[in-house]
Amino acid sequence: MYFLLARLFQATVVMLCVALVGFLVFQFVGDPVLSLVGQETTVEDREALRESLGLNDPILVQYARYVMNAVQGDFGISYSFNRDVSEMIADRLPATVELVLLSGVFSLLLAIPAGIYTGIRRKGGIAQTIMTISIIGVSIPSFLLGILLILVFSVWLNWLPSFGRGDLATVFGLRSSLFTWNGLSHALMPAAVLCLFQLGVILRLIRAEMLEVLRTDYIRFAWARGLPGKRVYFGHALKNTLVPVVTAVGLQLSSLFAFSIITELVFQWPGMGSLLLHAIGQSDIPLLAAYLIFVGLVFTISNLIVDGVYVLIDPRIRHGAL
Amino acid sequence: MIDILCETKDLKITFPHRLGDFTAVHSLDLQVRRGEIVGLIGESGAGKSTVGNAIMGLLSHPGQVSGGRIELGGENLVDLSDAAMARLRGRRIGMIFQDPMTSLNPLMTVGGQLTESIALLQDVGVAQARQMAIERLDGVGIPDPARRMDQYPHEFSGGMRQRVVIALAMAGDPDLLIADEPTTALDVSVQKQVLDLIKSICVERSLGVILVTHDMGVIAETADRVYVMRHGALVETGPTAQVIQTPSQRYTKELIAAIPSIERREERFRNPAKKTGEIDQWLLQGHKDEGSGDYVTASALTKDFATKKKSFWGKAGTFRAVDIPGLNIKRGEVLGLVGESGSGKSTLGRMMTGLIPPSSGEVTYGDHGPLTDVRSRTARKALRRDVQVVFQDPYSSLNSRMRVDQILAEPIRFHGLADHHDIPRLVGALLERVGLAAEAGRKFPHQFSGGQRQRICIARALSVRPRFLLCDEPTSALDVSIQADMLALLMELRRSLGLTMLFVSHDLAVVRQMSDRVAVMKQGEIVECREAEALYDAPENSYTRMLLDTAPRATRH
Repeated sequence: MYFLLARLFQATVVMLCVALVGFLVFQFVGDPVLSLVGQETTVEDREALRESLGLNDPILVQYARYVMNAVQGDFGISYSFNRDVSEMIADRLPATVELVLLSGVFSLLLAIPAGIYTGIRRKGGIAQTIMTISIIGVSIPSFLLGILLILVFSVWLNWLPSFGRGDLATVFGLRSSLFTWNGLSHALMPAAVLCLFQLGVILRLIRAEMLEVLRTDYIRFAWARGLPGKRVYFGHALKNTLVPVVTAVGLQLSSLFAFSIITELVFQWPGMGSLLLHAIGQSDIPLLAAYLIFVGLVFTISNLIVDGVYVLIDPRIRHGAL
Repeated sequence: MIDILCETKDLKITFPHRLGDFTAVHSLDLQVRRGEIVGLIGESGAGKSTVGNAIMGLLSHPGQVSGGRIELGGENLVDLSDAAMARLRGRRIGMIFQDPMTSLNPLMTVGGQLTESIALLQDVGVAQARQMAIERLDGVGIPDPARRMDQYPHEFSGGMRQRVVIALAMAGDPDLLIADEPTTALDVSVQKQVLDLIKSICVERSLGVILVTHDMGVIAETADRVYVMRHGALVETGPTAQVIQTPSQRYTKELIAAIPSIERREERFRNPAKKTGEIDQWLLQGHKDEGSGDYVTASALTKDFATKKKSFWGKAGTFRAVDIPGLNIKRGEVLGLVGESGSGKSTLGRMMTGLIPPSSGEVTYGDHGPLTDVRSRTARKALRRDVQVVFQDPYSSLNSRMRVDQILAEPIRFHGLADHHDIPRLVGALLERVGLAAEAGRKFPHQFSGGQRQRICIARALSVRPRFLLCDEPTSALDVSIQADMLALLMELRRSLGLTMLFVSHDLAVVRQMSDRVAVMKQGEIVECREAEALYDAPENSYTRMLLDTAPRATRH
């Protein structure tokens, strides 16, 4: 419990630092008053505006106000869209969540058994084939794979739509495109592109950890105790490979949330990545700052979850023995 | 011969390799009867563990039984399929590994692992298996077994873990138990308890036990018969007392002679022949005649380590690893420091050499003054040149990316002890001085055996012309025969060069051979510190007496 409390405290500090960076972006990129008023405004009026906006307050007070607003979900108004930044993120987020979930679930479902298999039968033909595919998955650039998929499945075969997000449906109050066939068909290719890279990384990690764990004394002792292979591999070895794997999966999924930019661009997917691209192109400072904080939040939360999972997996952390 | 439980006939084990097969075991004949403990002894590379693994059907890849038979109750195990062999493991043959710290799954409770084994091997339900598990834990001497069932391995001490491992190995009530170095990782007092447990189980259940070990003392205390192995072949076999007292083979004689005695100090260590290499002149250079007096004195020395915080707002506690009123080492003296693991002996050794700072108290050097005053860069450099360390593990204490001559030349150059063009000659002479060829300098550390590496470590320590040497368990990672050579070398160097030494070890016999005076540590305190011979012959402290009594002796029989 102490471990988790300490991590929660650390996470808060990290988020305050991220917010500071977001806040400083405003401080360094021009005077907001100048961009709000015209040439003819008098110095007194400008000063009054400055006062009413709180820009004359000490910097710490301004920072505190920024943090308070951010906590309540208020990141200001986007320059280029003239809309609430938090509203825009709320619009785009579900689309990205869909992709992350779909690709994350598939990559885990494939990577865990494949990683265990290749860890146990290192030399077999199937294992070699899996390893070759995984290295292709890791090394092929996502834009290339995306374009190839579009060429094969949209242009030649005409099976799947090549761009955009499909129809939405509401199930249990959740509005998502994954609940319709049309939506699913749109999400399939971008999710596959994201999945393949994840798959390669996680599979190779599980395999490497498996090889490591299978050499340990407690696995040899498990064989000597007469336990059947299934118990040894799944009951004893797998759990011991999980700590580094959970770490990697946490980081991978968070970076999907934040940086699936290229894939979203290739498939014209209206998610967070294309929003970021737009914000950069338009120098939309409030949007950029909010995005920065959002990315920080995703990584912090996923690391918190990872820490929580550690505690569940490894009793030595629970007892403070490590 | 109805009572023979397990037998190997002309057993041959090979590891195929593209440069030619390596035969790990040649034509071994071994017999184990019910209710008998058979010792299998040999130095590293003798193939003794390979035999145990082969009987278990757990040879590491790519090893294979390439000839002969392994019979268990008349059945040839070599012919069995993998599946049939797997059914024997745990049910007919049990195995215990060396390190109880690593042979239990760290993520599963002790009770979970034991219940799992019992449910499978005894074919009972989980609830009944759990009940049996509690009884079994009780049976191997674990206090409060019902509560300890739900604890994880890291909550057990080394000795308790080895008891759990024994309970696990016995879960399927096997007929044969293979114990591979079962007590090597344990303290002597715990070692005795674990060996006693194995002995009593052997008698109670008329179990056949194969005890694989490198330690003649363990064999002498435990085994009924012994097989001596060397380079994969059987050297000698017979009843333990007979083999130890009247060995018929030369190798066995040498092996037994190499074991340092705990009963008396041997002449070869007390008065080693003085040797002089051409390098001695250089090594002694700059050493003025210091006379007698203390080289190093520690006063009111303590070391505290922070322990984990108990709660979020709580303060971190401290654990006092060392707390001694004072300790001194005279010039040219060897002070032995013995104690069990966790007694603080290594920590004290490191404080005496300035490697770690004390929490309170002071270490004062005859030539340099108090450690807290050695502040300036030059003073610190001078102190570090005079004080050197030989560590326990010669595998990890040499930089594997550096050639040996670079390893030895670096300190000479750093301290500016010789002209640039003299260094290669000095390095060669240093290597010869510690018993290696001068050409050894061109190789990398991994190309040497453990003993040779430890010689390189000693040469490295000598390369800065030290006055004071800390030897922290310098021979615990080495075979007995090599250990004797290493101790002789250290004693000879000490005599020839007039070194002052602090010799830290858990091995009471080794410390007796090396030391003029001995300090015994227990839980951070020195319980007894006297002239070595007097301390060993008539220990005054009860803890010292207990240590001396529990130490296994090869020569007691």
